[in-house]
Amino acid sequence: MFYREAGEFRTTYKEDSQTFPIRFDRWRYYFVLFVAICVIPFMVNDYWVNSIFLPFLIYAIAAIGLNILVGYCGQVSLGTGGFMAVGAYACYKLMTAFPDVSMFIHVILAGVITAGVGMLFGLPSLRIKGFYLAVATLAAQFFLVWLFNRVPWFYNYSASGQINAPERDTFGILITGPNTEAWATYVFCLIFTVVSAIIARNLTRGSVGRKWMAIRDMDIAAEIIGVNPLTAKLSAFAISSFFVGISGALFFSVYLGAVEVGEAFGINKSFLVLFMIIIGGLGSIFGSFAGAAFLVLLPVALKVVGVDWLGWPTDIVAHLQLVIVGALIIVFLIAEPHGIAQLWRVTKEKLRLWPFPH
Amino acid sequence: MSEAFLYTVEVFLNGLMAGVLYALVALGFVLIYKASGIFNFAQGVMALFAAMTLVGFQNGQVPFAHLINATFGLHVTNFGWNLHSVVAVFLTVLVMILLAWAVQRFVFRHLVGQEPIILFMATIGLAYFLEGLADLMWGSEIKTLDLCWSAGHCLPQGGNFWIEDMTAGLGGEGFYGFFIDSLDIVAAVVAMVLVAALVAFAQYTKQGRAMRAVADDHQAALSVGVSLNFIWILVWSLAGFVALVAGIMWGAKSGVQFSLSLIALKALPVLMLGGFTSIPGAIVGGLIIGVGEKLFEFLIGAPFLGGATENWFAYMLALLFLVFRPQGLFGEKIIERV
Repeated sequence: MFYREAGEFRTTYKEDSQTFPIRFDRWRYYFVLFVAICVIPFMVNDYWVNSIFLPFLIYAIAAIGLNILVGYCGQVSLGTGGFMAVGAYACYKLMTAFPDVSMFIHVILAGVITAGVGMLFGLPSLRIKGFYLAVATLAAQFFLVWLFNRVPWFYNYSASGQINAPERDTFGILITGPNTEAWATYVFCLIFTVVSAIIARNLTRGSVGRKWMAIRDMDIAAEIIGVNPLTAKLSAFAISSFFVGISGALFFSVYLGAVEVGEAFGINKSFLVLFMIIIGGLGSIFGSFAGAAFLVLLPVALKVVGVDWLGWPTDIVAHLQLVIVGALIIVFLIAEPHGIAQLWRVTKEKLRLWPFPH
Repeated sequence: MSEAFLYTVEVFLNGLMAGVLYALVALGFVLIYKASGIFNFAQGVMALFAAMTLVGFQNGQVPFAHLINATFGLHVTNFGWNLHSVVAVFLTVLVMILLAWAVQRFVFRHLVGQEPIILFMATIGLAYFLEGLADLMWGSEIKTLDLCWSAGHCLPQGGNFWIEDMTAGLGGEGFYGFFIDSLDIVAAVVAMVLVAALVAFAQYTKQGRAMRAVADDHQAALSVGVSLNFIWILVWSLAGFVALVAGIMWGAKSGVQFSLSLIALKALPVLMLGGFTSIPGAIVGGLIIGVGEKLFEFLIGAPFLGGATENWFAYMLALLFLVFRPQGLFGEKIIERV
């Protein structure tokens, strides 16, 4: 009825291979972008930005990064928290060493540094695979957190061992520190999220992405048809870590402002991002957004229902949240291994035919 | 003998003891992995769950007391009795068997034939679920675990004086003998008995033979009339029992608390070192990791690197080791075909 492609004739390759080939999809995408850029910044206040929009945007970047590695290249990583910490600490060192440089450059450089570290820890993936690799990435997680905890150079010898984001701006607008405007931080993160998504989407449908998927589906067969596993795996680690590093930098500098590494970037963070892409959908950029939105909104919703409506103490709600998240993971793996993204695809198929089922 | 050397020996011995405890957790992993190909990330949380359930039964706590009170405005906390330890252990074993059945019935029956990595992620979900459930049932505060089978006969605490006295003569004036936790010695003995029992079970009983058949080839076992369902429940129950033993030992050592489930993470490098499919591998791997991390911390970590290297040493060791021998020390050779 509303959602159909009848009457859409594509006459060029360019039209045929665009990201949103169906007109309705394209308009929906432009509409979402329009709302995100032109409407939300004028309506938000601190509460909405800090409890929903910032975590959603930042986790979405991390989920895109991890999805490239796990969903597209098939290399399971439990080191996301550690790589986010690399991004955060790289950003902190850059911010304090070069106060006059724009935050954009700091965040991107933090991503580049994380990409290097990610490649280093990706090297073992050439020899080991499957959950052996998953456990090997735990080494990255624990080692990196320990490193940032124990070597004072990383936290500039501060007495508390914490890192605090100093006030930095870009184009004269404050982005970090305590005196920021809600809309400024929102727009700053939004730019990174949108650009990351566009880059990731175009990488994954190009030749690089097809190589990753070949490695994921069967690495030996991929090698035989001429995919170089060294470059494919290491590029996946590098690009994935780049996005994860950016999200770590934003998480620290824009969202939290002050970070204690074991608490903010511990093993639980790795699992959280992994859960996002499982629930959202492995191997889907939209799924990364859906999973991030779901796991950011779930605790907020549970808190509203449990604490505000039912009057339960907060610890019960926290425990219940663990139970629900765990059960959801299992339910999704059983019922819909491709996550929310697949549900969305099925819905779209249904909508195309609706209201006539045949 | 110089004192520095003696202290190193003491660290070595303590590392061996810690390694035994790692091996205890790793055993549960190997059992499930061999029989069903599932890499059970939830093993550590199962140990936590078992220990909490045991303490809950011992103290006569009402399950879900917190939730019931918050929902209905009551103030129940306790049935008002203290169960004998043996009864409590028996009841906990029953709970673990029930859990094994539930896991099999509601989770893994629906995931038969999925890729191993999907199963692995399902066990991560299971770990979260169990952790939340354990906290909801018994409360999340740190509990002490005292296991007494009769009045005055409890799990020992503190250092072992006998060993200390016997070895005091080895060093000079400042050396008071090796300090070794009595509990660790008990744990070592229990681990040895457990391994012997498991090997005997797998080797000489009908059920054990069926278990090995399933581990070898699911379909062949199915075709000669072995019930996969039953074997998997059996294996998960055994793993639950091993988890209970590990939970008791760790719980008695450092209190029943959330960090117990992190110890399970330490069992992962142990397994990678020993190989996922080998029970002796789990033991040897546990000992190597235990000794390695204690010695590294004592000789290099604490003096030069700022300490707390135990957090990551095991993983790094396993990582480096795997690069050279991907199947672990005793694992079956990995052969890949297209």
